[in-house]
Amino acid sequence: MTEKKQPQRNPVERILRMDRMPHIWCPGCGIGTVVTSFAEALRKEETDLDNIVVVSGIGCTGRVAGYMKLDSFHTTHGRAIPFATGLKLANPKTKIVVFSGDGDIAGIGGNHLIHAARRNMDMLVILVNNFNYAMTGGQVAATTPIDANASTAPFGNFEYPFNLPHLVASAGGTYIARWTALHLRRVTKSIQEALHRRGFSFIEVITPCTTLYARRNRLGDGLNLLKYYYDNSEIQHNADTKDLDITYQGKLIVGKFVDKEKPTFLDAMNQHLSKVLGDKYTPYGEVK
Amino acid sequence: MTYFGDLKPIKGEIHIEKERCKGCGFCVEYCPREVLELSDEFNKKGYHPPYIKNEDNCCYCQLCETICPEFAIFVTIKKEEDEGEKVQSRS
Amino acid sequence: MKVKKSKADPKGVLTGSHFMDGDYALAEGALAAGCRFFGGYPITPSTETAERFSERIPVVGGVFIQMEDELGSIASLIGAAWGGLKAMTVTSGPGFSLMQENIGLACMLETPLVIANVQRGGPSTGLPTLTSQQDMMQARWGSHGDYEIIALSPDSPQECFDMTIKAFNLSELFRVPVFVMTDECVGHMHEKVVIPPAEEIEIVERKWYKGPKDKYLPYKCDSDGVPFMVKTGQGYRFHTTGLTHDERGYPLLNAECQKINVQHLIDKIKNNADKIIEMEEEQIDGAEVIVLSYGITSRVAFRAVQQARKEGIKTGTIRLITVWPFPEKKIEELAKKVKAIVVPEINAGQVFLEVDRCSRNKCKVVSVPHLGGWVHNPDDIFKAIKEAVK
Repeated sequence: MTEKKQPQRNPVERILRMDRMPHIWCPGCGIGTVVTSFAEALRKEETDLDNIVVVSGIGCTGRVAGYMKLDSFHTTHGRAIPFATGLKLANPKTKIVVFSGDGDIAGIGGNHLIHAARRNMDMLVILVNNFNYAMTGGQVAATTPIDANASTAPFGNFEYPFNLPHLVASAGGTYIARWTALHLRRVTKSIQEALHRRGFSFIEVITPCTTLYARRNRLGDGLNLLKYYYDNSEIQHNADTKDLDITYQGKLIVGKFVDKEKPTFLDAMNQHLSKVLGDKYTPYGEVK
Repeated sequence: MTYFGDLKPIKGEIHIEKERCKGCGFCVEYCPREVLELSDEFNKKGYHPPYIKNEDNCCYCQLCETICPEFAIFVTIKKEEDEGEKVQSRS
Repeated sequence: MKVKKSKADPKGVLTGSHFMDGDYALAEGALAAGCRFFGGYPITPSTETAERFSERIPVVGGVFIQMEDELGSIASLIGAAWGGLKAMTVTSGPGFSLMQENIGLACMLETPLVIANVQRGGPSTGLPTLTSQQDMMQARWGSHGDYEIIALSPDSPQECFDMTIKAFNLSELFRVPVFVMTDECVGHMHEKVVIPPAEEIEIVERKWYKGPKDKYLPYKCDSDGVPFMVKTGQGYRFHTTGLTHDERGYPLLNAECQKINVQHLIDKIKNNADKIIEMEEEQIDGAEVIVLSYGITSRVAFRAVQQARKEGIKTGTIRLITVWPFPEKKIEELAKKVKAIVVPEINAGQVFLEVDRCSRNKCKVVSVPHLGGWVHNPDDIFKAIKEAVK
């Protein structure tokens, strides 16, 4: 027996700008799934939504900031991380999440990625890796595997791609994980862990790109590629990051690889300057 | 249908935003109870949204809700008036 | 124009009489104006400002971070401004070129910040340790697209101090990046700088939004043409983007929105040009020739003007304090009354092009270029003045 129902809404809508729906992502694109995992993490952590800021760069994943009902910024290509650095240092009590793509963060923004990791800047970087520059038509990226086809590598890519967890670990990142988009609740759990901690957290989520990567490489549609990534992934927590290379349609090693404590930039600044300047220095920011 | 005497599993009620769906098929593929199937009807944008094929099978796992890239499907707990203790969902 | 003013925070004001160079004066001016974030990158001849700031900021309270490059510097500045702080950076030619894309972003997001450019010889690596004034056009047109900015030109370390405070005030008033276009000569020149007590320094507060949270529209303008600003972490849940956007800050990619959006960026400064433009004039009335200069060149030109006046040539001077927006109306009026305007600059003739344009062919406009590395020889300017009145 059913009573007269009130129209119910999807709980994730509370955190989305519904006046901008439907979003621009293709059918079968994994970015929406990652956004839902992120929203779930925020809900489970009971994060104060007024205190969290999302910064995106340019690209398909770069549009995430525009769809989230939080303080959000859509910045220039590759400069989301230094923008986030400024935001964090100006207002240390806010939690900053950089949500952007592989081309944006690891390509043009590569320098900023390694320096923010080096400084252990307190922010969470969610890098959605679809192995190409999707928004502009599927060009080869720093993460495109060898032999994959891309619009600027029409005969197959011959450049060596980045091993992103290894790069960030070498630079000094203190929380590094990699999942595929289908590892829904594991992505959520990683984001929860990262939101809970302080320091440079980096989560790489491998997602299908239906219209470009999948189509150019004849890998089916978004669903086929999503399934492929998940079925060929193997969870190896604490694996050595140097073994995490990705080959074209090869095995994907996922899991949480690095989780260690280290003073953040502001902690180190406050500790050091207090030691050297003594009473003349007042520690900066509400460092919890 | 009860288990261990009185225990009743939670059932889910699925809400589908047909007009927002882009027919990617993630929910259909990954529903563990094969509740959903892509329909033959078209929505306004020309995609085939899913329809609920086996409603009774839904156990409120919320996987479709978590996986949908379009935020077009979600599940609520189905209110039932039978007796029996309900198993609490772990979330 | 509703303007909220306050007095400077005494913590940042180094009151007293000092002997310091222009670079240091820039840093002191910033601290006095309430700047508490500096994202810099070392580049000759501006490095001393960053060094001074890094020394002083721990005691004053704030953050200094040396970013990995100028691209990171300017991006961190925009982030810091949206995080609620007053932010500044300092650079020179090559770094200025790198910053241009994000200067465009700062204009589009309508972010208040101050960028000081201690100009040096160029192009490219050029003369790192020697002076020039060759980035003047770049300050105005450096980034892609149509927009307007404000640029000031100090001629001494004292002005470096005063104009940096003015730059911060203007940036808060108009929510626009403001450039302090000094040069290596002024930057490395040691002179007396008098820093007044904090109560005598007037600071313009940021135009904070104080209304209901759910009614906040990031780009809805007030009657003065400038929208209200908020900072992160206060529950406004706002979105801003570098894409062409509407009042809500949401991207709206069509020609109508572009027209409204870009016209607003231009009008904000153009319509308020009278409130922004500042210059020093001397003996303009009845002059036969005007020497129009800015920055260090104005001090050199003064010698030439003295010589000209001794020879009986009625010479007036205009020293531009704000170079951008350019005083178009003033030059148009003046050109009808004088025989010639002489524009000495340490570049191949940049502000000269503006003077030439605005004179509408009503008088002779003579450029006295100097391609950089040193200041003019006053005799060259004097010769030009004599030639101009023939």
